[in-house]
Amino acid sequence: MSFLRMTGVHIPHYKNTADCVPVRLPVPDVVTIPMSMHIGAPARAVVKAGDKVKVGQLIGEPGGFVSAPVHSSVSGTVKRVGSLLVSSGNQVQSVVIETDKKQEVWEGIAPPQVTDLQSFLDAVRASGAVGLGGAGFPTSVKLSVKDLSRIEAVIINGAECEPYITSDTRTMLDDADYIMQGIEYLQKYLQAKRIIVAIESNKPGCIKLYKERCAGRQGIEVHKLPSTYPQGGEKVLIYNTTGRIVPEGKLPIDAGAIVINCTTLAFIAKYIETGMPLVEKCVTVDGSAIQKPCNVIAPIGTPLRSLLQFCEVEDEPVKLLYGGPMMGIAVPDPDQPVLKNTNAITALDEKDAVPPEPTACIKCGRCVAHCPMRLMPAMIENAYNHKNDEALEQLKVNLCMECGCCSYVCPAKRHLVMVNKLAKGRLRKYQAAKKAEAERKAAAAEEAKAK
Amino acid sequence: MKNIVSVSPHITSPVTTRRIMLDVLIALAPALIASVILFGFRALLVTLVCVAFAVLGEWGFEKICRRPSTAGDLSAAVTGVILAFNLPVGIPLWQAAFGALVATVVVKQLFGGIGQNFANPAATARVIMLVAFAGPMTDFTSKVGGIVGSNVDAMSSATVLSRMSAGGALPKLTDLLLGNQTGCIGETCVVALVLGGIYLMARGVITWHAPAAFIGTVFVFTLLLGGQPVYQICSGGLMLGAFFMATDYTTTPPTTSGRFLFGLGCGLLTVLIRTWGNYAEGVSFSILLMNILTPYITKWTIHKPVGGVKA
Repeated sequence: MSFLRMTGVHIPHYKNTADCVPVRLPVPDVVTIPMSMHIGAPARAVVKAGDKVKVGQLIGEPGGFVSAPVHSSVSGTVKRVGSLLVSSGNQVQSVVIETDKKQEVWEGIAPPQVTDLQSFLDAVRASGAVGLGGAGFPTSVKLSVKDLSRIEAVIINGAECEPYITSDTRTMLDDADYIMQGIEYLQKYLQAKRIIVAIESNKPGCIKLYKERCAGRQGIEVHKLPSTYPQGGEKVLIYNTTGRIVPEGKLPIDAGAIVINCTTLAFIAKYIETGMPLVEKCVTVDGSAIQKPCNVIAPIGTPLRSLLQFCEVEDEPVKLLYGGPMMGIAVPDPDQPVLKNTNAITALDEKDAVPPEPTACIKCGRCVAHCPMRLMPAMIENAYNHKNDEALEQLKVNLCMECGCCSYVCPAKRHLVMVNKLAKGRLRKYQAAKKAEAERKAAAAEEAKAK
Repeated sequence: MKNIVSVSPHITSPVTTRRIMLDVLIALAPALIASVILFGFRALLVTLVCVAFAVLGEWGFEKICRRPSTAGDLSAAVTGVILAFNLPVGIPLWQAAFGALVATVVVKQLFGGIGQNFANPAATARVIMLVAFAGPMTDFTSKVGGIVGSNVDAMSSATVLSRMSAGGALPKLTDLLLGNQTGCIGETCVVALVLGGIYLMARGVITWHAPAAFIGTVFVFTLLLGGQPVYQICSGGLMLGAFFMATDYTTTPPTTSGRFLFGLGCGLLTVLIRTWGNYAEGVSFSILLMNILTPYITKWTIHKPVGGVKA
């Protein structure tokens, strides 16, 4: 399989804020903290209107195994606990806190006792850590591997391949001690034999720093990734660093790998040292509508409007994104809060915000040539338009990670990612129906046999 | 205008259909200049007529059908230039206009317009003209007035290919490369065409697979048959076909391996037609035949998704 190349695209990096040391944002008047900032079951709010809360206090307990606790990012009074329409289109229970600007730390904050794997995992769970690269998968669940010998490599994801975003870069530069400490925890408790720190070649400062820090240390290597998008995609990263392919429907651990974002790792090490759970995030604020791009440290729940005001944006931007321009989610209004997995806010002006009108597919094959998963987006679109579920199944649209390479390179500006998303939904329905039909037939055959 | 919400990605590359077609026109420019130098201003006139009627056909048909106009994307202009390059300089202008209309209206628009036609419009129009106007289409003897004093003997007699078939004397290789040979308007100057091809590859408009496979196969196959490989690849419409027609997006496979197979097939068919066929020239026919096979080649060379498990 060494011939395989998970290609992707060259896109402008726009890393304008790589040298901007994060600045702490003034505490906003009100924060809105959703109970679902992760993949899995939403947390359950444990506070009610009128309660006094302090920084780091638990306000939402995990709603299941695949879930994460939520903590207050400010000190103040709970104004209400109600539902909030979030950018995914779902209503999510959220805690609205009026801040007293004192930022008093909760009395219960104390460094956790970490002595073995279980206490390490408990600490990770209690910290509220989720995948901070953007996916938001609860970290404790990811690290809960039953058979530790299956872990052949732990990859520290410092690729940060999206344009504009530099918050991971800042973490790697400013919190190198925490990342190195985190690596030690991974070696000690997960018994990771091989740690790969993967950094894109457009961050030579980070590569140099980690080469120095890792020199002479057993089992740690620094891997320089090419600066092509999407190097930070989990499957791409695993393939490019270890040569392993994650099979369809399987997890990275089935390929012997665990991928952990560098900021997540730094946070875990920080939590074990201080006991302060995930209550603030370093967020890059950039984009074509931003004149003064910067990195800010914002309490979770801060309305995006505060970040824009901090960067002196007067008009409301035409398009506002959670994350970068390739995979970022458009935010319907600037009062939406900073989430745990918000690593950047991209604001686009009118020129960039209006999607170009699609024209007819000219079958140039660019989408086919650039898909890192080697899918055939043009054919998927065709199959979707013809409602051909069998073809969608064969074309494996379910493997699409929605990185956006196909839409980016398309000269006809077709909405290929959108079609892939719709096609995935269609395929799921079709496969569920097929399964139900097979089960029904099997049951009928069983019945006939019994008679 | 406030708050637009759309599906990611929120940025796209600056490459558009129009930009691609403009690149193709730029790549065709050296050969057009060479044709004016070699054949005189009538070459330019024929090209302009073809472009005008190709665009008119596209625009008019869409107007009648009340479809959105695609004449602005320059694809019809590209078709017009390539068709003109496939015609002898002495072609009556009304025949050139007819061919251009056939290319965009019959071959392209009737099948659904850009991206939907299964056969190369220029190649198909040329073959139709070859049947309809057999005389003028194979008459390379008409008086040509090149700007530089060209070798009249070489210019006014049968093509290199037909002389090779007949076993006649061959011109100098430098004449072939510079285009000082008998042939259609845009196909003779090998240097200009290769220059255009290199430009397209450098711009990422085409990949090397189809042209390399096409030219390579003709070279090797001719060598095996004991022919004159260098003369074969430098004469007739081979360079034009390999760089500009076997790389047409719509009518060739989208996969790289598919493009390689496409070029390979074109090369084999070209040599077969040139060696044993009735025509001295086989590039247009071979490209058309391979166009028909394109859906199958695409099917055979479909990518296996990374980590995909057989359903």
